[in-house]
Amino acid sequence: MTSMTSTSSSPWHFFGYFLDHRSQDLSWLWTHAWLSVVPVIIGLLIALPLGWLSRRYGWLYPPMVSITGLLYTIPSIALFVLVPPLLGLSSLNPVQVPIALTVYSVALLVRVVADGLASVPDEVNQAATAIGYGGVRRLFAVELPIAVPVIAAGLRVATVSNVSMVAIAGTIGMSNLGQLFQLGKDLSTPTAYYPPIVLGIVLCVLLALVLDGLIILLTRVLTPWRRAVPSR
Amino acid sequence: MIGQVFSWLTDSAHWTDTPIDTGIATQLLAHIRFSLIAVGIAAAIALPLGLLIGHTRRATFLVAGANALRSLPSVGLLVLLTVLIAPHFYGRTDIGYVIPTEIVLVLLAVPPILSNTYAGVDNVSPAVTDAAKGMGMTERQILFGVELPCSLPLIFSGLRSATLQVIATATIASFVPLGGLGRFIYDGLQQQDYPQMISGGVLVAALAMAADLLLALIQRSVVSRGLSGRFSRAVVVTSTSERTEVEAG
Repeated sequence: MTSMTSTSSSPWHFFGYFLDHRSQDLSWLWTHAWLSVVPVIIGLLIALPLGWLSRRYGWLYPPMVSITGLLYTIPSIALFVLVPPLLGLSSLNPVQVPIALTVYSVALLVRVVADGLASVPDEVNQAATAIGYGGVRRLFAVELPIAVPVIAAGLRVATVSNVSMVAIAGTIGMSNLGQLFQLGKDLSTPTAYYPPIVLGIVLCVLLALVLDGLIILLTRVLTPWRRAVPSR
Repeated sequence: MIGQVFSWLTDSAHWTDTPIDTGIATQLLAHIRFSLIAVGIAAAIALPLGLLIGHTRRATFLVAGANALRSLPSVGLLVLLTVLIAPHFYGRTDIGYVIPTEIVLVLLAVPPILSNTYAGVDNVSPAVTDAAKGMGMTERQILFGVELPCSLPLIFSGLRSATLQVIATATIASFVPLGGLGRFIYDGLQQQDYPQMISGGVLVAALAMAADLLLALIQRSVVSRGLSGRFSRAVVVTSTSERTEVEAG
């Protein structure tokens, strides 16, 4: 644990605290960002084929949605500690958190992908087929781009909730912004010491806002035709 | 490891209280108590507010504001409020830890209930409310006799996701340190007793699923069959044909 170089314990001193422990805090922020983003990307890559399957074969949709919904009922901290024994890893393995978060992302996104593909109007699909787009090419060139807004909405939910869940992993010893809360709690035993706690909250909220903004921006880039349409 | 977890969970000594350790039964009840209080308070705030906002379509910024709360990290808020509040109750009871925990849990539970209740009322087709008005129903009758029943499916989905989040986050209450099923996770971690830690995870997951199932069953019995579409096969056929006729005409 780093020594308390700053003496002020005021909640507003968090920026001074950040400057004093810059390299440590930045490395936690960096890990936190990776842990929030990578599981969503892997989750999306897994959810795309599953979502497509449950759209293509309608009878798959209800079981797929109930299974993923069931996965989503497992509290995050429970899933963190359940992943190692289920996969035969050692307890407190560095990959247990990304694996658990990937499971959540898949659980959330399968339904989103299926609903997104379902939001593509039938006329559009028929028109695409009529001008010679078949199977896979129609999926990637027509259906997925049109489903982007719906999928992006799901990605935003998954990413923002990941930021909060990664912080929870910090309380069971994982190295990320959650450590600031652990640190603040430990330093507050005789008298309250706010700076690391407030800094942790501020950095988590900023990270969530930035990631959310990035997804919104990416959605705009990927759907230029939505801007070409005059607003209603 | 799975065998060890199973034997930890089935060891009756772990279920009852001893002078040193609190057993599973007590912690389970504590966990349920925290969660019920939080969901109860949140529903008492968010349900009437959501109905009102949805019915009058005013002050919708409240819904957006509540949704912005979701990006707050719950652990951070919990630690902050504990450090802030707990010293004032030092040495007396655990109320100094209960209050911050309940505040965080209520803050978590309000947004899903509020936004779903609002969306539920907002989504009721204007044709339906117009028909109710035409039949001479008062605003109050429309709200409670038409809009509320029609928005029940969405209200329940909000209640269910709020309950799941509360049960999940009540686990973290043990981090500050309070009772509840999270005790086993954090104690197991500290004592490097991994079967205990994993058993804690199993218990929380089981409680969450049981609560969700219970709410699903209540939803099934409360929501009108006209909305959920759970009819016997014969009725489905007539009702869909009627619906298409109405739409065509």
